[in-house]
Formats: sequence, C-alpha cells, structure tokens
Amino acid sequence: MSLGPHLLLAFLEGTVSAFVLALTALGLSLVFGVMRIVNVAHGEFFMLGAVLAYGFSSLVPGLPALGFLLALILSPLAVGAIAWSADRLVLARLNYNPEATIVATIGMLYIIEQLVLTIYGPDAHPVQPPISFRILFPWFGYSGYKLVVVAASGMLLLTTWYLLMRTRIGLVMRATQLDRETAQNFGIPVARVYSLIFALGAALAAVAGVLVVPIQQAHYLMGLDPLLLSFITVIIGGLGSLRGTLIAAFVIGLSDGMFSVFFSGTLSKIIATLLVALVLVFRPSGLFARSAR
Amino acid sequence: MTSDRKGNSSRSTSKAGRSLITRRGLVKGLGAAAGAAAASGLLPGPMRYIQAQAAEPIRLGFQVHRTGIGAAYGRWYEQTTNAAVKTINAAGGINGRPIEIVAEDDGTDPKRGAEVVEKFATKHKVDAVFGTLFSHVVMGSAPTAGQLKMPYFVVSEGHHVASGALNRYTFQPGITDVRSQVISMAPWIASNLGRKVAMIYPDYAFGYDHRDFFSAAIQGQGGAITALIPVAPTETTYSKYFAQIPAETEVLYHVMVGPGVLTFVKEMGDHFGSSRPQIFGFIDSLEATDLASPGLEFLDGTYFWEAFPRYAQKDQSEFDKHYRAAVGVDDNGASTADPKEVSTYSHMFGCWETLYVIKAAMEKSGYQKSTFAQKGKLIEAVEAMTAFPESDEHPQGDKTFNGKLHQCYGHQFISKVEGGRLNVVHKTAIEDGLYEPETDYTKKAL
Repeated sequence: MSLGPHLLLAFLEGTVSAFVLALTALGLSLVFGVMRIVNVAHGEFFMLGAVLAYGFSSLVPGLPALGFLLALILSPLAVGAIAWSADRLVLARLNYNPEATIVATIGMLYIIEQLVLTIYGPDAHPVQPPISFRILFPWFGYSGYKLVVVAASGMLLLTTWYLLMRTRIGLVMRATQLDRETAQNFGIPVARVYSLIFALGAALAAVAGVLVVPIQQAHYLMGLDPLLLSFITVIIGGLGSLRGTLIAAFVIGLSDGMFSVFFSGTLSKIIATLLVALVLVFRPSGLFARSAR
Repeated sequence: MTSDRKGNSSRSTSKAGRSLITRRGLVKGLGAAAGAAAASGLLPGPMRYIQAQAAEPIRLGFQVHRTGIGAAYGRWYEQTTNAAVKTINAAGGINGRPIEIVAEDDGTDPKRGAEVVEKFATKHKVDAVFGTLFSHVVMGSAPTAGQLKMPYFVVSEGHHVASGALNRYTFQPGITDVRSQVISMAPWIASNLGRKVAMIYPDYAFGYDHRDFFSAAIQGQGGAITALIPVAPTETTYSKYFAQIPAETEVLYHVMVGPGVLTFVKEMGDHFGSSRPQIFGFIDSLEATDLASPGLEFLDGTYFWEAFPRYAQKDQSEFDKHYRAAVGVDDNGASTADPKEVSTYSHMFGCWETLYVIKAAMEKSGYQKSTFAQKGKLIEAVEAMTAFPESDEHPQGDKTFNGKLHQCYGHQFISKVEGGRLNVVHKTAIEDGLYEPETDYTKKAL
C-alpha cells in the first residue's frame, strides 16, 4: 500500500485504541484521583467485563445484537458490584492506606485471574459483534464495528464528564477528592462515596472490556495490556487529572497506531515507556497534574 | 516415603530373624516374578492388569502449560496424556508397572519451566519428564534436564531438538519438527497456490523456524518471498500487519499461536474481503477454535497444514477411531462431552505417541530404577529406535526416527476449508520432510 492508505489505516487503528484506552484509563485515574489508591487490579476488571460479556451474550443464542446489549448493561453492573464489595470487604478495612491498598489490589488481581481460570477456563472465546459490516476503502477493508466502538466510547466519556461536572453526585465526588475531612464535616458520606468511586472505576474498565470483546475475544490473561497502558496514560497525563488522562490516552493511542503501522508494535510500546521516563524526569507529577494542595 | 521405606525394612529385618520368608518378602518376590513375566509378555492380559496395579509405579513428570498463553493446548495435552496412561496401565503398564503421572504447571513460562524440571528431579524423583509444547519453554527447560541427566521428551514441533541446540537427554520422538513440516509442503504450495509468498509468523523461535526454512524451501521451488512480517507474541490486534503485505503477493502464509489467533483471522477477513490472495495457514492459528466461530466464514476455500486431521476423513483409519474414542474426541475434533470444546487435535497426539515411545524404550532397556546408569541405557534405547509403524500406539501414521538427531519424521496433511470443515487434499510422504542432519547427539557424553 502507498503512504496515503497506510496513513489512513494508522489513523483508524490509533483512534480505536485511543478511545478504548481513554475509557479504561479514566477509571484508573478516577480511583486514584479521589481515593489515592493505585488500583493494580484495574486490568482484571477490564478482563472480567469481557469474560462476563461472553457469558451474558451466550444467554441469548441466535440474537447477537440482543445478547451484546444485555452484556453491555449487565457486565459493568456486575463488575461494579464486585468492586463495591471488594472496597467494603478489603480496602475500607485498610483505611485506604496507600501502601496496604497496593498490596491488596495485587492480591485481588491474582484472585480474580485464578477464579476466572478455574470457572471460565483457559480458552479465548469470541463474542459476535452486535452489528457486523465492513467499510470498503479502495485499498483495504475495515471492520465497521471498530468505528461503533469509537462512537460508543466517545458517548460514554461524555456521559462520565457530565456526571462528574454537572451533577450533584459529581460535585460530591469532587468535594471528597479536594478535602476528605472537610467533606465529611459537611455531611458527605465519604465511605459511601469511596465505594461508589471504586465501583464506577471498575465499571468503566468493564465497559471498555465489553466493547473490545467482539474485536479481541475474551481471555483470562487479557487484563495485563490495558493495565500497563492505563498506567502509562495516567502517569503521562498526571495522576488524578481527568483532562490529562484523556489527552494522554489520545497521544498514546494515536502514536501506537502510527508507530505500529509504519514500524512495529514493539517499537510503539518502547516509545510509550520512554515517554513515561521523560515525563517522570521533567514533570514528575505528569503533564497536566494540578499542583498539590 | 524414605522414612516409610526405612520403617518397613527395619520391620522385615526383625521379622527375618524369626522366619526365613516374610509375608512381605513373599509378595515382593511374587511381584518381581510377575513383573518379569509381564515384561516378557508371558502373562495373559487380565493378569498383567492386576500386576500393574500392584507394582510400584513408573513415575513420569508431566510438564504442562496449565496456565499462560499455552493453557488451551495444556488442557488437551493433559486429557490425551491421561487417556494414554489409562490405556497403557489397563494393558499392563510398563515392565509390569503402572505409570503414575506427576503433573506440574509451568505457566507457559521458560523460567518456571526450568524450575519445574528441577522439581521433578529433586522433589518428585521421577523416571523421566515429558510434555512441553511451547518452543521458548523447551529452550528454557532443556538445559536443566541435561544438567540433571533427566530424560526429557518434548512434544513441541520446534526445530530446536533436531538442530543440535539442546542436549543428549532431550528427545522429540512423538511429533515432527517445523523444518520437516514446511519443506515437505513447499512444493505443493508452489505448484498449486502460487510462488510469491508473504509470511506472517510469531516473533520468537518457533516463528523463526518457519521464516528460515519455509523461505529457503519456497525459493528452492523457484518462488520468492514478498514480505516477512513478524508479530509480537503479546499482540492483540493485527490490521496493521496486513497493510505490510505487498500487492503482488500470490500466497499469504500465516502461522500464529496463542489466544489472539481468532482475532487475527477475523481481521484478515475484514482487510481482504473477497479480493484475497491464496491463503495457506498452519492449524496452530486455529487450534482449539471452532471453525463455526463468527468471522471465520472468510476462511472458506483457504488451506491449512494439519499434523493429524481434525475432522474424521472418509479414509479414517481404525487407529484414528480407537484414539479418538480413548481421548474423548468426536468426528469433528471436539470433546464428546461438549461439542463446543474443540481439541488441539493436530498437536496433542504427540503426547500419546511419546508415551508409547517411552514405554517401548523402557521395555527394551529393561528399565527398573531411577539411576543414572539405567537412565543412560534408556537414552541409548531411544537412540537405537528407527521406525514407528502406524498402529494404536502411533495413530497419526507411520514415522521414522533418527537417533542421532533425536527427532521423528512423518506424514503431513494439507486440508482445505470447505463448508466449515477441513478436508484433506494432500498427504506428504515421509521422504518429503527429510533434510541433511545437522548434529549427532550420540557423540555427546551421557
């Protein structure tokens, strides 16, 4: 293929990965921003979303669109509920101590992974996309569903932004983030807000997992890649900064698309990692982090 | 175990003071006699069975990919192994002793693979180790087996054994190697599909075997390689790789391994649609995957290498029937318990056949104890083997074995996807897959 079509393919691939990454990293950033928890199990919530999507969608055999819609609603809810209980049972009892919660979420990572392996098995399972069409360019064809993923992720990102910036619950979350003790003094149920945030962060990862599963298949080890990329995104964007997370997701997603089309997938990962190193050296708190309060 | 043995022996010594023959001694003597009789095949079938249950077992370490990217293979390797062991034990075991499998998960990880081999040698004290599949795990584990002088039978199909890169204790007697597979099929591909080939392969040892040997073989047929496209093992999307395939390509040759393979094929369908080149893939790209999965309709009319045809063919042998029934696989290559669970049919027979090679070699060398001397005899017995005829023991087909290379050679199958099943269109001869030997392990010290 000549340069033009190559560039188009790189742009398409980059856009898809940028939107999925933005959705996944947003959950991680939210949990860190409000709760100051580095959630190492975040990738497993992504994987759980995908695996549960396989389960839910096979409940409606013969109707892929309906099965997928069911999965899109139920998987994030189920994953959110699991995360909510994990917060109540483990994180709250550790008083959200930063070091202890890292170890606890590492534990969650292994528990979730092994449970999925035991119950769901080691095979990768496909989920049929709700709509399946092929966009035909003069040089190559492209999966139409991938563009549906972009649209759906965009809508979800907007919804989350609206929830955080324009609703009362968002206000409560932001207040908790700014100053936990003052918020508590004003009667905000901080414990409940924390559980909600943790569940919301996990649900966002799960939604990304559900959207991705018709492209990638559900597999018990699929959580590692999104976890690493989300961490890279959140570090570059600035820990806790939602705007920074979004911008970083697009930079990484698009550069991943470009580099992996023109050079190699490994090189794009090397460059992303190098970018993290540079950011940590020159702006240790990330490109868009607000100054510490 | 040791203290138990000590306790037993001290008891029998004290009893021996009172009586010349103890009950335990009598049973042991009878057992040994029966063992010798069973080994020489003198005992009738049921007697051998009873005897095999009573004798101390032959312990085989089964290094299995229960977790990690090889887990789907691992599960079927385990099912096949258990079925083979059940069949062998029911027929009298090895030298009158039942086989006991000690399985350890290596997580499809080279470092853990080496640890597992060490654990087999030092903790479990097994007689031999077998079962490893993924080439990087073989490469990581085999040196440890060599150092510990542990007979190590891999079921991997990489060219690492026959290339001489490993050691005298490592064998691959139950499955052919990549070099042999690709050179035997290249002439058919060149004359039936096309001569300008683009290759997509995993970016590690197994993929490089394909890259090097298939490139050379297709060039030997007067063909040319239009592109070499390695794919990182952790990759999850593939559209970008298809962009690198030059327009003049007549044949796309793909071999992918791991959980991303279905995505690979689906994206290939999105990319090419109906205006595709001829496509020749290794079944590794679709092992354990249902051909009726959404998106795979695209594969209709494409070709695959198979070591052992997944779908029962019109000329199915009695041995294939026997083997399928024993491992619990139906005529479509899926589990008889759940037709959605598709087996790794083109690789897992290697476990079955390897176990029968171990059995034959142990019987030939009169193997009884896990000592270095007897293990050395076992190694020499395997090296002395030359052929495995097609049989219940070798259901995939007849094979030759080169003791100097520690590698077997057999038939390959090329199948066409038609209406959601794989139909064999060509079977290669054993001679098609032979090449100039690169090493002689028998010259290395034991």
